[in-house]
Amino acid sequence: MEIERRSLESRQASARDMLRGDLEGEDLERYVEERVVTTTFEKMLNLARANSIFPLTFGLACCAIEAPISIVTARYDLARFGAEALRASPRQADLIILSGRVSIKMAPVVRRLYDQMLEPKWAISMGACSSSGGMFANYAVVQGADKFMPIDMHIPGCPPRPEAVMYGFNKLQRKIMGNPDQGWRRRYNALGTEEWARGGPASKPSIESTEAYELARELAVTEGPAGA
Amino acid sequence: MPDGPGLELLRGEIDVDAPGAVLATSYDKERATLIVDPARIVEILTWLRDKPGQGYRFLSSLHVADYLPAEPRFGVHYELLNRERVERLRVKAMLPAEGPEIDSVTPLFPTANFQEREAFDFFGVVFHGHPELTRILLPEDYVGWPQRRDFPVGGEPVTFTYSEERYG
Amino acid sequence: MADQRAFPQGLVDEDPAAPTVADLYGELDADRTTEVMTVNIGPHHPATHGVLRLVVDLEGEVVRDLKPVIGYVHTGIEKSCEDKSYWKVIPFVERMDYVSYFFQMEAYCGAVERLIGLEIPPRAKYLRTIFLELNRIHSHLVWLGTTALDLGAISMLWYCFRERDRILDLFEMATGQRMHTRYFQVGGVIEDIPLGFEEKCRQFVHDMPIRVGQYEALLDRNEVFLQRTKGVGIVSHERLLDLGVTGPLLRAAGDPWDLRKAFDYLAYPEMDFKIPVGTVGDNYDRYRVRVAEMVESTKIIGQALEALPGGPFIADNRKYVLPPRSELSTSMESLIHHFKLVTEGFRVDPGEIYYAIEGPRGELGCFVLADGSAKPARVHFRDPSFVNLQSFRDMAKDSYVADMICSLGMLDPILGGVDR
Ligand code: SF4
Repeated sequence: MEIERRSLESRQASARDMLRGDLEGEDLERYVEERVVTTTFEKMLNLARANSIFPLTFGLACCAIEAPISIVTARYDLARFGAEALRASPRQADLIILSGRVSIKMAPVVRRLYDQMLEPKWAISMGACSSSGGMFANYAVVQGADKFMPIDMHIPGCPPRPEAVMYGFNKLQRKIMGNPDQGWRRRYNALGTEEWARGGPASKPSIESTEAYELARELAVTEGPAGA
Repeated sequence: MPDGPGLELLRGEIDVDAPGAVLATSYDKERATLIVDPARIVEILTWLRDKPGQGYRFLSSLHVADYLPAEPRFGVHYELLNRERVERLRVKAMLPAEGPEIDSVTPLFPTANFQEREAFDFFGVVFHGHPELTRILLPEDYVGWPQRRDFPVGGEPVTFTYSEERYG
Repeated sequence: MADQRAFPQGLVDEDPAAPTVADLYGELDADRTTEVMTVNIGPHHPATHGVLRLVVDLEGEVVRDLKPVIGYVHTGIEKSCEDKSYWKVIPFVERMDYVSYFFQMEAYCGAVERLIGLEIPPRAKYLRTIFLELNRIHSHLVWLGTTALDLGAISMLWYCFRERDRILDLFEMATGQRMHTRYFQVGGVIEDIPLGFEEKCRQFVHDMPIRVGQYEALLDRNEVFLQRTKGVGIVSHERLLDLGVTGPLLRAAGDPWDLRKAFDYLAYPEMDFKIPVGTVGDNYDRYRVRVAEMVESTKIIGQALEALPGGPFIADNRKYVLPPRSELSTSMESLIHHFKLVTEGFRVDPGEIYYAIEGPRGELGCFVLADGSAKPARVHFRDPSFVNLQSFRDMAKDSYVADMICSLGMLDPILGGVDR
């Protein structure tokens, strides 16, 4: 059935009727059609995932003042995009913002934090330093965080303005709505390395996920890692 | 800051109590420097700190500079401050390139603790008598003394895909 | 993260046959609770203000010993500086202590200017003073917001960052960047302030003391805040001096030591301002001193704006300073100077200098060693956070863990400055 746009008044009127219980027949049908969106379960799940991200409270260097702190404060207010709940523990977070330079001493720690986050998880590398080493091409800085962990989004700048971080965040949301795991496992040939919460029902891989794993593995073997 | 003549007077006074400990003086850009014998650094700093009329009681900064290719190569700088007279004085001890070592001044100035560790970390200068001389900023298992001048800066050359494709 | 060997909790949910804590140790007895346990806090911990790691010996809830482990953002900036020409070093040094970037620039530029004997024009002095003091307020605001957040006063973060954004707007207006502005240049500042800046800055100077009053109204009679800060983290004055502590921490112990008064640099000798000091040296005094400093800084800015002299904003010495843009198309000589400065930079005769200014956390010193080439042979920063951090053990020893967090906040270390 075609849904045509009705004026606000007429929609309000039918909503009122609905509440009173006066709506019936054709009108009721149309009312329901207007409010129901049919979609797949995955899409709905991804919509929910993208709009309820819990970032990790995590700062490395200068960028940390701009990203995790400034963007939650009053002027920029990340809460508009459903990501104001910063989590201090990586086990409760699903987004890590690498805000700053990663030194050789910090890199194992960052990797460990990332490994502790539960699936599905995303990583934003913010600023020139964590994306490429930035201006610090020297003995102490890892030249780009994607040397040791997968990154979903790079935000350029030194430091990026909070607006830039928010733009990057919106882009990430859009990516999540399309393809939540971003395909990096296939890219890095890392299928089967997912971590799940221990002790829960999913601690043993279910039949379906084993099958899916086998299938994906086969695909990866026949097609090779994406982008190769 | 002690001025040029003041510096010479200071040197004369030190020479009375610790003959031969001051090797040279220099007065440059309105900054006075005593260049001292590294083996007697604790003696001199104690003198400067405790001698009545001196009172350089505050160690602002301790750092090392690498004077490659000069020999002796490493200079340990002690930036002293007299807060009453608002005077700064730099004491410098030059160490050889092979096995640079000097006595720690941590018992005298507890503030030197971290700074000596930093100097050890970056230049490999050994401070005898330091309570815990380990690497401080770099990982424990790091090899090399990265801020010596003959240590490479490191990093990676930047290659752009465009130029790689184009010029191979 | 507790010591894994003493409490093998990881085994418990997975394997029901694994021994529980009670099996291992019997009924918990009184002795067990007083056993000293080593706990690791950080490097990723929201209360350590960056990537500081603390190894703490706890007896019950009381800190018996503590060791800060640093170096997690060690960036090798001092090494990178040796590889750049003098004026390309400026953006590097800014990124050390990333909350007080103007101070780093001033310490470095001032050191180089003294090395080459370059006098900066009066307008540049005043402009630098204005920006330094704005930066001091900014730094204290970041400190107040995050520290109050640690103590549970979450709304402080919102208020402090509101004012911080206003300061950043001013920075952006004059320099084009919010952080890491590279505004100071050897010889002066890189550009004059734009039209309308003075007015906006005056408005800020007018508003800021009112805002500070609001912060005080929120915190000064807040019972929780008072109980958690008063009488906590006291270190004696002598010990602080021995440890080389400077800045608000030293002033909170009642010592009016401030390099702005002691040495004359920039326009500070012409300014009329006071140095707030504390009496006891506890965390409450540290808070009071910093808040009072914000008000004093606004006074300095106001006076500097009033007395802002005209004239050039950068020294007129073609050997060290870029010629104005307009001359490039008319004068061959300017073009040559410009080319020379941009490609090679200027050379500095051999010499060494240690120049210290009063940063928001204490004495910020810069040591520059020149070897006659166009690149510095060594740039070293005496960072106040790095030195002050040594006093943390004395502050937190034999206090509760919660007080340790409070003391750390009041110490205000910026890890980028600690590790460099
Ligand atoms: S990108 Fe720039 S602002 Fe961000 S951490 Fe690196 S140097 Fe600092």
